[in-house]
Amino acid sequence: MDPFIKSVLSQAMLGLNNGAFYALLSLGLAVIFGLLNIVNFAHGAFYMLGAFLALIGLTQFGGWIGMPELSIGFWWALLLSPLLVGLFGIVIERTMLKRLAGLDHLYGLLLTFGVALVLQGFFGNFYNMAGTPYPGIPPSLRGVVDLGFMYFPKYRLFALLFSLAVCFVTWYAIERTKLGALLRASTENPKLVEAFGVNVPLLVTLTYGFGCALAGLAGVMAAPIYSVSPLMGSEIIIVVFAVVVIGGMGSILGAIVTGLGLGLIEGVVKVLYPPAASLVVFVIMAIVLMVRPSGLFGRE
Amino acid sequence: MKKHLTKQLYAIVAGVLLSSAAQAQISGDVVKIGILNGMTGPYASISGKGSVVAAQMAVEDFGGKVLDKPIQIVSADHQNKPDVGATIARQWIERDGVDMIADMDTSSVGIAVQKLAAEKGVITMNTGSGTTALTNKECTPLGIHYAYDTYALAAGLAEPIIREGGKKWFFITADYVFGHSLEQDATKVVKARGGEVLGSVRHPFPSTDFSSYLLQAQNSGADVIALANAGQDTTNAIRQAAEFGIGRDGKQQIVGLLVFSADVKALGLAVAQGLKFVDSWYWDMNDETRAFAKRFMQRHGAAPTSDQAAVYSVVLQYLKAVEAAGTDEGKAVRAQLGKMKFNDMYHKNAWVREDGRVMHDMYLMQAKSPKESTGEWDLVKILEVIPAEKAFIPLSESECPLVKK
Amino acid sequence: MTRKQWFLLLGLGVVAPFVLYPVFVMKMLCFALFACAFNLLLGYTGLLSFGHAAFFGGAAYVAGYAVKSWGVPPEIGILIGLGVGAILGAAVGALAIRRQGIYFAMVTLALAQIVYFVAVKAPFTGGEDGLQGIPRGRLFGIVDLNDTMNMYYFVLAIFLLAFWSIARIIDSPFGQVLKAIRENEARALSLGYDVDRFKLLAFVLSAALAGLAGATKALVFQFASLTDVHWTTSGEVVLMTLLGGVGTLFGPMVGAFTVVALHSELSALGSWVTVIIGATFIVCVLVFRRGIVGELQALAQRHFWGRREANEAELAQIEQGSKSKP
Repeated sequence: MDPFIKSVLSQAMLGLNNGAFYALLSLGLAVIFGLLNIVNFAHGAFYMLGAFLALIGLTQFGGWIGMPELSIGFWWALLLSPLLVGLFGIVIERTMLKRLAGLDHLYGLLLTFGVALVLQGFFGNFYNMAGTPYPGIPPSLRGVVDLGFMYFPKYRLFALLFSLAVCFVTWYAIERTKLGALLRASTENPKLVEAFGVNVPLLVTLTYGFGCALAGLAGVMAAPIYSVSPLMGSEIIIVVFAVVVIGGMGSILGAIVTGLGLGLIEGVVKVLYPPAASLVVFVIMAIVLMVRPSGLFGRE
Repeated sequence: MKKHLTKQLYAIVAGVLLSSAAQAQISGDVVKIGILNGMTGPYASISGKGSVVAAQMAVEDFGGKVLDKPIQIVSADHQNKPDVGATIARQWIERDGVDMIADMDTSSVGIAVQKLAAEKGVITMNTGSGTTALTNKECTPLGIHYAYDTYALAAGLAEPIIREGGKKWFFITADYVFGHSLEQDATKVVKARGGEVLGSVRHPFPSTDFSSYLLQAQNSGADVIALANAGQDTTNAIRQAAEFGIGRDGKQQIVGLLVFSADVKALGLAVAQGLKFVDSWYWDMNDETRAFAKRFMQRHGAAPTSDQAAVYSVVLQYLKAVEAAGTDEGKAVRAQLGKMKFNDMYHKNAWVREDGRVMHDMYLMQAKSPKESTGEWDLVKILEVIPAEKAFIPLSESECPLVKK
Repeated sequence: MTRKQWFLLLGLGVVAPFVLYPVFVMKMLCFALFACAFNLLLGYTGLLSFGHAAFFGGAAYVAGYAVKSWGVPPEIGILIGLGVGAILGAAVGALAIRRQGIYFAMVTLALAQIVYFVAVKAPFTGGEDGLQGIPRGRLFGIVDLNDTMNMYYFVLAIFLLAFWSIARIIDSPFGQVLKAIRENEARALSLGYDVDRFKLLAFVLSAALAGLAGATKALVFQFASLTDVHWTTSGEVVLMTLLGGVGTLFGPMVGAFTVVALHSELSALGSWVTVIIGATFIVCVLVFRRGIVGELQALAQRHFWGRREANEAELAQIEQGSKSKP
């Protein structure tokens, strides 16, 4: 195969891999924004929290409770960390975000920014800023798959497919089920939905928790790929913000498609003109804002 | 200003007093040594808090006092950012009266601090930075480059690899002065020895995901993928190369241009075995080094790296120079250091050139296989000794304006 | 601002370097100016920019480069910083004012990221190494700024001049229109004001002054680095303003002093500083939305003038902010 095509294909594959994480994170952001009208700045921190919970479960938790042999493996982490992160999100929503009801939505952004700093600083005290490798890839996912143009680690392929599956299920649940209809109705007109006897505040809390759990899930899956670092959230969150703005704030489908698409574009640009790779997302965002201010999938 | 004035006043009073009695002149009545390094970053296990431990050991071994004045070690985390490092150094010098600054394990910080300190008349003894700029374009009358440099790493390693047939090189380079310097020095050596450089790619410092750079390197068709980075950047890249099956066909090899024993430890011998690299010191070289390592391990819980050993040596030699010069004034101590031969467990018969380069032997090392290793910290064997004159850039080729030609 | 307040400020400024480490006070002044510039936009126009580091850091780089490589004198360098801030501000502002509220914040954040990545890659910034060794030079060719005290009084003069300008802007008819936009954009529009033009002008002014602060900081520390353009610096200036008091004249200054002092005094705590800063943010947003100066003013008014209702109403208006906008 022509080496150029080979490298475009392999970088595209890696880009798609990153894009899956963008999609998963922006999906959570979009869900939260849709119902709460809050730009959840803490989303990156929750992603980091998910990764740290997985790391701690694997390497430290057993020792803390006096059972050094106990080690919570990847699969359990994939289940437990999102639950814990979601719970944490629920606590934040109930104790803090709730009190901002009726104020300018910008206060939500500022508050969650504060939460992100607290989490990042907290883990920064105990873990290296440059990252700690997560050594717990399950044996069944070790090794590589030969894609013809490259060897692709099995684990990354799994992360890609699993993220896509989660995205699809979420999209389906919101756009095609009764619960989702309720959620969308609450977004449009919370007072009316409340009049039908639905506990909208509870719905809001659970939605926020769910969005945070998605971030936690992404964190667990990212841990073996990117290492676990206190800064991992703040590095990715800004890109994810851009994804959400490009896709159209609050648009579920927009978040997923844009996340994957931008990952792909980033990957290809790495081959064509490497210095622009980290810039391209923001340039696209500027263009989209000029041409279509509500985002590609947003409604005016 | 107030502080400045009172300091000047003290100096005048002291001057009057001392002109009659030839006594030691120690600014602030204490010799303060600053250990500045990245305590939470990618190089934390190479330098970090271990360097502070090493410095304290040196002070204790020296006897705790110099010219009857107390010795104090201060330390700070520069977060691998040059602006943070320079700000700390400025505060140390202007406000806290620090007399010498050591370690500085990030080249960008090293250059910034060396420049600032020289303007303020303070000695810097750099063990942690690699860039040869410190003793060339950016050299200062008070800056000493103590342990290793990028030329020594590149020259020492490129030669045996090219000898074994690794002719075509591709670099994965940390995008800051250290990486650039390492790539540049290695490129020169590779070309001079008949090799060829196919290209390079730069990654942000620090990085955790090297997959796209590794694939670029792989697709370049090079024999040698050279990592012009350090610390966790290097270990991450090596680990991920294994993940992507790079080098499994036996046609390509990954080479870390700067590897410390702590990195070998972090990778584990199963991954690291066979990895060749150049370093200035290893704990298991002789009885003296082993004795130091044993004491160090009791305090720090890990074997000392070459950087930490060099920090120990720096502090010890600096104190000796202060004692011999009878003052802690920067220029006088630097002049004294220039007259001395350095002999301690870190190196023997080493000396410092006028460009600030310290001359000592370097070693070509190799990570052991798990079978060869007999203990947790038995990581590396020494293949060759590279004599000082061959290891470093000859003075005649130095670009330092201070070198008289 | 009263004459008494001016003399107090001047007096404190003159005395400060004899009590505190001068470089530290200079840092405080630079960030205070930055926060005041930011407040012009958030406090008096009601626009939350999350990208002000781009102007602060961008100006620091260009001014630093001009002084270092072209050898321009420091006073010109500072003016270049002002200009760079204004130009960047015009570019970012023109795009950003097309959106409101949260969207406005996100757009400024993303555009600032473009500036950041350009700074990472552009050859003249030195990337990760930063722009090092910027010479302070001689002011007007006479005063040697390498002397710490000379530098200090230069910085103090810049600060006071800029602060005076901001006070004048706020009290001017232009400032009144900005406040009208903050309180009710639709009403201002219906009164016949070209709201977008006013917003853009406020944005440019704010960015230019932020640039001035950045350029000054670059001279003080002889350094321009990626930290200056990173979005965390944008977050920091929001915190300073919020902590001191949004929409008060002295608030941002007090906030900046507090945050810089926190960083410096607690630096031994390492990463805990980030936790403390984050927690301060949360407390401010939850219970302390008027900030230090705002709360003090409210307290004073409640006790001495009995104007509580008026003040509460004003706060409510600030808090409602963009909610009342279309």
